[in-house]
This record gives sequence, structure tokens and C-alpha cells, in this order.
Amino acid sequence: MSAAAQPVEVERQTMAVDIACVGFGPAMGGFLTTLTQAWSENPADPAFESAVMPGMPLQVLCCERADDLAAGVSGAVTRAEGIRASFPALDPAQIPMAAAVKQERILYLLDPIGASRRSFTLRAADRLLRLGGAAFLKDNAFELPWTPGFLHKRGGLLLSLGQFNQWVASQLMAGGLVQIWPGTPVSAPIFGAEMGNEHRTVNGIRLTDQGVDNHGAPVAGFMPGTDVRARLTVVADGPIGAVGRALNRQFPRGERREWALGMKMVIELPEGATLEPGTVWHTLGFPEPQIFGFLYVHPDRLVSVGIFVPSWLGDPARTAYRYLQHYIQHPALWKHLKDGTLRSWGAKSLDESGRRGEPLLSGDGFARIGEGSGSTNVLTSSGVDEAWTTGVQLGEAVIELLRAGQPFAGEHLSKTYEKRRRASRVEQGVRAAERARDGFHSGFVRGLAAMALAGLTGGRLPFKARIQPASKQIWPMRPDAETDRKLLDAAVALVATGRSFHDALLTVRGWPEIPFDGHLLVTQQDALLLGGKVQALPGFADHVRFKSKDLCISCREKTCIAMCSGQAITLGGDGAPAFEREKCIHCGACLWNCAHPPGEESSNVEFVAGAGGLHSVEN
Amino acid sequence: MAKSFHIVVCAGIVPDPLQTLEPATGPTGPAIKNEMLLPAILDPWAACALYEAAKLAQEHPGSRVWLVSLAPKAKLQQLMMNVAQKAAFELVAIDGPIGGFADAHGTAAALAESIGAIPGLDRSKLLLFGGWESATRGAGVTLQLVGERLGIADQFQGVDRIDILDDGSFEVLERVEGGRHQASICAGAPAVLGWATGSLPEPRNNPQLGMANMRTLMPAIQRARTVAIDANGLHYVSTSVPTQQRATRVVKDLSPDEIAHELAEWIGAE
Repeated sequence: MSAAAQPVEVERQTMAVDIACVGFGPAMGGFLTTLTQAWSENPADPAFESAVMPGMPLQVLCCERADDLAAGVSGAVTRAEGIRASFPALDPAQIPMAAAVKQERILYLLDPIGASRRSFTLRAADRLLRLGGAAFLKDNAFELPWTPGFLHKRGGLLLSLGQFNQWVASQLMAGGLVQIWPGTPVSAPIFGAEMGNEHRTVNGIRLTDQGVDNHGAPVAGFMPGTDVRARLTVVADGPIGAVGRALNRQFPRGERREWALGMKMVIELPEGATLEPGTVWHTLGFPEPQIFGFLYVHPDRLVSVGIFVPSWLGDPARTAYRYLQHYIQHPALWKHLKDGTLRSWGAKSLDESGRRGEPLLSGDGFARIGEGSGSTNVLTSSGVDEAWTTGVQLGEAVIELLRAGQPFAGEHLSKTYEKRRRASRVEQGVRAAERARDGFHSGFVRGLAAMALAGLTGGRLPFKARIQPASKQIWPMRPDAETDRKLLDAAVALVATGRSFHDALLTVRGWPEIPFDGHLLVTQQDALLLGGKVQALPGFADHVRFKSKDLCISCREKTCIAMCSGQAITLGGDGAPAFEREKCIHCGACLWNCAHPPGEESSNVEFVAGAGGLHSVEN
Repeated sequence: MAKSFHIVVCAGIVPDPLQTLEPATGPTGPAIKNEMLLPAILDPWAACALYEAAKLAQEHPGSRVWLVSLAPKAKLQQLMMNVAQKAAFELVAIDGPIGGFADAHGTAAALAESIGAIPGLDRSKLLLFGGWESATRGAGVTLQLVGERLGIADQFQGVDRIDILDDGSFEVLERVEGGRHQASICAGAPAVLGWATGSLPEPRNNPQLGMANMRTLMPAIQRARTVAIDANGLHYVSTSVPTQQRATRVVKDLSPDEIAHELAEWIGAE
């Protein structure tokens, strides 16, 4: 039986604004900054007069799910061309934890443990490197002699995205044009039926009901979500946002089959640390060949260290937190991180489809910007500046339409916003990157070769592969096969001692136990407490639900449990996953880690709008 | 006697108390490490006072609510994006240092001066609200000192309830030892009420209220006067955070009785 909430049909309050915005990240920062800067030049400009509140400036409202702006943890290294264009006098010292990029290294990490799944070719290459000894290897790592141009972030910025977004928000709020509301999840777009064009128009957004039980049924203090009517709805709620995904269903475009979970720690280095602020490491090869990693050095002895666990990892036992703990213990990293202290932790789903996942960018009354609009460059592994730039492009388009007195109709947005976007470096970049990662679906070595080829030829020589839906990328468990059965039996025995199933699976596959030290190597639950605080405000419905319990019970892989960043999904006594909102950090990994969805491109997990999530200690 | 009130809520901002806080020594003395980077909330006891004030004002037409807050302007701005959706109020922002290590007398002087300068404030209707405790390292006396500086003699602490009577007087329930309340009748405003938790839940976010509030809040933040809090010779010998122990383990299918037993055993062992 489905646990999905029944829609609540009640009379709702409505309010009217000129522009309703969903989600506050870099893309929305770019959009609102562009709008605010133009308005600030001449607040009396009649083009900026509100249509819903004549005599007042444009009424611009931005709703953000998290309890605070940019509360989640995220480190980023970016070329920052678009950001610097918006803030020509930008001084990184103004933004906490920001630094100019000074040096970049690419390290291929060998497996000092022998537990990772490496192909024959890769094992042979490792052997050759080891034969070369110290000439090639240092701390079980091989440093590429040069960083390919397409990966370089020379002249760029190393940011804590959370701090950057807060800095942008403070500039915006001081401007006075824009209102940003954290703690305000948006449940859906409001589709209209103008000009006989039923459900082709977006007329605003519906905020999430408050005062409901876990299943969405009204309880004491019920407050139906307000309908915010808007001339233009700007959607930047990322790849797992409820509004963006509702638009994807309404206007099917693009193919979103490639995902990754980015999980990161902010670590305070011990006294005497030698890593220089502005240092950037990209790593590959460990803890699994398919898992890329990074280390960014911020000022004040803080580093961001993290990994990306992609959908094409294949293995259903993809417990990202455990992998991250092994990653930071790799000798090349551990020599710097040992004796450090965990200050913050977090995770986020990344849409790795890039331009291939591009949805309908604009229509009557709406436009999409940022990661959810397919702006991420999967070749250069960069998305922040690209997202910012798409926001700027929409901002410029909106200003043009306001000055021309034209409505925010699809045709006008297409001629202004989409035209700018198509002619931009963002578009050139995502086109070149479109098939850059296809090779990874045929193996790690092919993936690297195909990526290098795409990078060095600007995407002119792509490696073409058929990308399976995310659910099909998960290898099926085969309890009838002897090896799998032995592994499963051993894991089940460990589970009986109180271990989580996938953590136990990694142990029986040869990954050593984590030597907990209480300050950096801590349990996943302690990371939830030390690294931040999960906000699960009462009065909101559960945002994770399972459509068919039977499908979940019959699923052997249970990958949604393995990939749950906060261990908010656990195995219930009836064999179905159980969800605890109080642990959920809203990473959205469960959505694309469903091995047995009811339809090929769908998921048995329903991920709806919800308030809260992880509020990282330092983001 | 008047049954409309001018309610002034004094509310500081504090790092979210559930974050991991680390003491540090700053240029001016003790501090919390990276406090400006930590998420901030309205001091929880003062937040209860604000919600009670908003309800009281709603029930008594003609009443007004001001929120007076002393904190760095940037943090106040960040916080108001959350608070403004929850209750109707006018903001009096004072741009000052963050943290609870400031001298309570100096803080009270700055607050009292700003309250005294609120245009249109009728002291005969004044109810001075705040928290009776604080999640900062405050001394817990600031509100009383503000009241004294404003010449308000009737002061109540640990308030959980106020009932306005027909003649404009009001009954106050204050927490006393043994989990009981002391009931007092006060002839009327002006009075100081330091709230415990009150009885109201945190209000739902209301975007319409937020939109209306923010039209006055942002200009108020921009107008914030900057104050330096005099240390008045205050000197801290040492600082520390409360001892915290964390031992996580996952246990399933334990009955409530067994959990209670284990907790009692653990407490007994401490």
C-alpha cells in the first residue's frame, strides 16, 4: 500500500508577487544579483514598477527549503568568470573560507589496502607504477606531470559554497528589492490554463502545507500552503527539487540517468600543517576507481575533503560515508589530515547528465536556471560558475523584457534568455562535455581515455555509449551465486551484531574496520551530530515515501539504504525500508538509488518538498 | 485603565545551541570559535517572549510590538529572514558585538537607551518582555537591568502565562521551586516580564506576514546605530563549555521499560 499523502483540498490563502523564485543557490544568486544591481542604478526606473502592487518596486520573493540560507555543506573550486563579472571588485577575503586558487594537482591514488574493485588493466598499471618505486610514487600516489587545460581552475576561486551564498544573500537583502525566505519549501508549481493552453502555463507556486502529520493529513494548527501567484516563476531548486521535477514530468525533455552523490567533510588541520590555502587536489583511483575525490585548502587551516560516488559505480553496496572514511585515510591525504578535527560534514546529489538532462528551459510564465536546467559541465567538473551565469543570463533577459514592456511569455523568454544561453561559453562548455563521461559506463580506463579525448578535442571526438537508466546501473544481487551468497551470509552475521547491512558488506569484502578516534574518524551517526544538526521541523509531512511496499520488500539490493547519507533509511522489521525524517539531510540519493522502480525512468521512492535538512556547523 | 499595550521584546541572537561550540580567545577576551560563521537563532527564551507578545497584541487591538536586538547587523539581517515570518513586529536594531561575554550592565545601557528613543512609545502602556534565561553566556540579569534603567519597578521572572483582567491589571504565573507557579496580580503596565517557555508553540512560517514585516525590517537594519559595549572592568578568569559525553550505538527492538531502566542505570552511574 502506498504511504503517499492524499492531496489536501482546502481553501488556500493567496498572495501576488511579480517574480516568485524557488531555491537559493548560485544560479538564483546570479539572477537576483543581476536584477538588484540594475534596479539599484535607478530605483525610480518605471520598468521596475510592480504590476501587482502599483507604485511599489517589483515584488520579488525567493523561497528556500533549508532553515537557513545555504545551510548545507559544500566546497567548490570554480573559475569564477561569471561571478567576477558580476562583482568586478570581488576580494576573496570578504567571503569567509574563500581563497584564490594557487596550485592544482591531479593524483592517481593506488589502493594500499587491496580491497577496491580494480580491473585487470588497472591492476597491471598499478604494478608497473609500483615497480617504478619512488620515481613514480609517493605515499601510494602518482601525480600527473601536468593538469590538462580543461581541468584547470587557474585564476579561479576556492569557495565554501555555503559561505559564498550567505555573502551573496546579505548583499541582496541589503539591496532591498528582494525578499528571501528560508524554511519555506515549495510543494509544486501552479499550472494555468490560459488561452486554451491547458497546463502549459505556470502561474506561480504552492507552498508546502504546515500542521500535518507524517503522511500529510491535517492535524492541530493546520495551515494550508499559500498559493503565491506570480507573473514569472524562476525555478532553481536543483536536480531533486519538487518544482523542477514537477516541470520535468509536465514537459518531458532530456534524459537524467547519470547521478553522483558528493559527500564532504570540513576538517581543521592540526597545528603546523603545511598545506597552503588555495591548494586544490583532484584525485582518482581510490577508494574505488570510479570514485573521484578532492581536497581544497581554505584559509585558517581548514580543508574540504570529499568524494563523488557515481551511479555507474554499479555495486549496490555503495556506502558513501564508509568510503569517505577510507578515502581520507589514504596515505597521500592522511599525512596531512591525521590529528585533524571534523568540523562539518554533508552530502548532496549531483545531476551528472549535464546538457543531456537539459529540461524545457522556459515557457509561459516560467524559466529554469542552474544545475536542474542542465548547466553543469561534467567534463571540467564544474557547475557553480555555470549555474551563476545562467542566472545572470535570465536576469538580463528579464530586465530586457521589463524595459520592453513585454510579458514573460515563453516566446519572449526564448528569444531573450535562451538566446543568451545558447550563445554563451556555458553552452559551448556543456556541449563539448555532453558525452565526455560516457566511457565510464564501459569501464574506468575507457572512461578516462574518453574523457581525455573529449577534453583535448573540445568534444569533437566523443565516445558514444548507451546510458542505462540509473536503476539499471545497479548490479543485481545474486544470492544463488556462491560468491554472492557467502558474502551475504557473512554480512548478515555482522548485521546481527548491530552493524548496518551495507557497512557490513564492505567489511566482508575486505575493507578494514575504521579505527574511530572520536575527533575525525567517527561513526556516521556521530558525524550527523558533530558535523551539523538535522532540522526536522514538526508539522511537515515526511518528504521521503515509498510508493510500493511490496516492491521494496522484494528488492534484494536495498541500495536506497546503502546510499542514505544520514542513515535515515534503515531496514524495517518487515523487510521494507523505514524512513526517519529526523536524520534526513535531504541529499536526495534515495531517489536515484532505487534498483526496482515501477517504471524504467522512475523510482519507487517519492521525494517531495520538505522543510529542514542538515544545517552544517560550518558550510 | 488601558487595555492596549506597547510591548518591547528584548531578544539577543545566539549560535544554534545544538551546534558544536568551541571556546576561543579573541582580541577582546573570551569568544566562541568562528561564531560569525555559525548559524544563529533568536535566543530561545526571548523567542518565546516574542510569540507571547504577538499573541497578546493580537488579542488587544491598538497594541504594538517592537523587537529590540543588539547584534552584528549582518547576523541580524540573516536571522530576520526566519523570524519575520513568525510574528508581526517592528524592529529596533542595534549594531553591536556578537556573543554573550559582553558586560550585562553595558548591554543593558545600550538597550535601555534605544528603547527610550523609540518614537511613539507610551511608557504607561509598556510591557518589557524578554527571556529569563539565555542560551548565550549571558549573566541572566540583562532584562532586569534594562527595567531598572527604564524605572520599571514591577518585575517578574520565569513567566509562563499572563492573563489580562477587565480592569487592565493582569495576573502573572511565575515559575517557582518544585515545578509550581506563583500567581501575582500586577496593577498594570509598565512591567518587566522575563519569560520562561510560555505556552505557545513556534508559529508556522507565514509568507504574507513575512512580506509585510520585511518592508519595515530591512530599513530598520540599515538604520541600526552602532554601539560599543563598555567592559566596565569585567575580566574573565577562564571559560569552558559544559562537559559533553557522546556514546552512540544502534539498538533495535528494545522496549520502553528496558530503555528507561538503562537510562536510570546510566544516570545513577554518573
